[in-house]
Amino acid sequence: MRTWKNACLATLATASSLLTQLAIAADVAAPAAVVPAALPAAPAEPPINWHAIVMFIIFVAITLGITYWAAKRTKTATDFYAAGRGITGLQNGMAIAGDYMSAASFLGIAALVYMNGFYGLIFSVGWLVGWPIILFLIAERLRNLGKYTYADVASFRLQQGPVRTMAAIGSLIVVIWYLIGQAVGAGQLLHTLVPQISYRESIVIVGTLIIVYVTFGGMKATTWVQIIKAGLLLGGATLIAIGVMAHEGFSFEKLFTDAVAIHPKHLDIMKSVVPIGAKANPIESISLGLTLMFGTAGLPHILMRFFTVTDAKAARKSVLYGTCFIGYFYILTFIIGFGAIVLVANNPEYVTDVTKNILALKGGGSMPAVYLSHAIGGDLFLGFIAAVAFATILAVVSGLTLAGASALSHDIYANVIMKGKSTEAQEVWVSKLCVIGLGILAVLLGIAFEKQNVAYIVALTFSIAACANFPILVLSVFWRGLTTRGAVLGGYTGIFGSIGLLIIGPTVWTKVLGNGPAIFPYDFPTFVVLPAVLIVAYVASVTDNSESAKKERAAFDAQKVRSETGLGAEAAASH
Amino acid sequence: MSELSASKIQNNPKYHKLVAQRDSLAWTLSAIVCVMYFGFILMIAFAPDFLTQPLSTGSVVPVGMPLGVGVILVSCILTAIYVRRANHTFDPLTDEIIQESLK
Repeated sequence: MRTWKNACLATLATASSLLTQLAIAADVAAPAAVVPAALPAAPAEPPINWHAIVMFIIFVAITLGITYWAAKRTKTATDFYAAGRGITGLQNGMAIAGDYMSAASFLGIAALVYMNGFYGLIFSVGWLVGWPIILFLIAERLRNLGKYTYADVASFRLQQGPVRTMAAIGSLIVVIWYLIGQAVGAGQLLHTLVPQISYRESIVIVGTLIIVYVTFGGMKATTWVQIIKAGLLLGGATLIAIGVMAHEGFSFEKLFTDAVAIHPKHLDIMKSVVPIGAKANPIESISLGLTLMFGTAGLPHILMRFFTVTDAKAARKSVLYGTCFIGYFYILTFIIGFGAIVLVANNPEYVTDVTKNILALKGGGSMPAVYLSHAIGGDLFLGFIAAVAFATILAVVSGLTLAGASALSHDIYANVIMKGKSTEAQEVWVSKLCVIGLGILAVLLGIAFEKQNVAYIVALTFSIAACANFPILVLSVFWRGLTTRGAVLGGYTGIFGSIGLLIIGPTVWTKVLGNGPAIFPYDFPTFVVLPAVLIVAYVASVTDNSESAKKERAAFDAQKVRSETGLGAEAAASH
Repeated sequence: MSELSASKIQNNPKYHKLVAQRDSLAWTLSAIVCVMYFGFILMIAFAPDFLTQPLSTGSVVPVGMPLGVGVILVSCILTAIYVRRANHTFDPLTDEIIQESLK
């Protein structure tokens, strides 16, 4: 078994490095980048970015080494899904921060600040405040009640089949759309930084690597890849921020004054609380606020991390570490965004055409942070930051793939289809097949969505997480009255309500489908859907007088004892 | 978990003390985070002029900027308060409850 594994690992490693070499060798015509703000790529054949390539390869070699190490130590289902429950609080705090500091939040928040100034801070704040709520209400109880997925907790005293199916559908929609966003981002980023690698090759490289990490190394490899990447990202972002502040004489006042002087909208970047040019809309602002906060607390790949730690105490500590790392990182991204206005905007080296628009960058809208690293530290530092951004995508995609595979194998296959009668080995085997399937799906969807406008992905994933996963999880843990009927009807209201209102909302209806004015005038539907979910779950539960509902309510006390004291919780593996 | 231990725990006054103490801390801290954050969001929605006024005359920095960073920092501090309290008070109490249920 082990030799077979080693052989496979070696083959896959060779294959992926061959692929990389092929891609470098191939003289690929650069198709125009994809981001809405994109403009034609640089005309001359750009030099090969050796710094970035060498650092990519070093990172890939290290992570494959970790995968090999983890594969030898992954024997049981608990090893595969939950890293043997041997992760410490600090390690998990890093891994949580790593999952959360995706390329979307690193490049994305910096880009939001670069374009809109102060408005970007709303995202930093909203994406952080979900964490204290996770700690106070969810983290320890999740560890005490669950095994591998948050559906274990939601269905703890309810009927397994319907509740798990609903929870798995919610998880999979979030995971798959999040994957599309990451895959498209990976393709654009890698292709812009190393134009010799095409968009498709970039996505295939990402897909191959994450399948190797996750199928062989399971949660252990995924967690350690995430920890290393979080360290690199925190270090890299710190260096960029220090570079910016050194340029500005370590004065925030000077940084902001310079940014206001350079940005074409000048003082508006400090005055606008909506994207620059958009109309102020109080309800939209409130709905955005709700979505960011509660969406965080319902992301399946984040919730899954609480099953990897040794006990509830480690779960609790990991949120403290994670919150501090993420808060620090978001303050850095804010400095980086303003630094990019000062050092990247209006610089002909990075801007497509300074006579037309001093903000529009070569390679599209997500590049400010990457070019800023070049402005500060030249080619070597750009190579480092590019490699870190690529590592970020690899690590986040691995976590997402494992979360999706757990929902399919642990919830749907083992508990709904086999009704808990499958063996551990069968379950892990199915899970690995799902990892391969999801990896291939991510590659295909990433290619299919290359030219699509994917701006609605944040709204979609966070809305479903905030309106379906989060409320049902909290109700099942805290409210005795919740029954299967309430959980299932409430959960589907959240899933389909979010999707429906997003489709008839401005981002999809008007911008993607081009159908004219939107029927539902808000980008974020949470302010309507979340109350609806709570009302449906409440009414459907209190009117449920079935025998099974009575049993479910009666089982609440025993569930509460376990969730509060940890008595009977899944133990850490002894090895 | 044996049924016996679970019912023993439910009859242990220390268990009810633990639940009451932890619930009151958790919900109070959650309420503080929500009031703080939704206060910020409601100001964005209904009083943007307050948030975007300069911090001092001649400065370009809007009032909302230190407030937003403040929300992030206070969130970190509140998580630290919860963890400290849980490590020092709730964990020993939980251990006692479990020990007593196994007797």
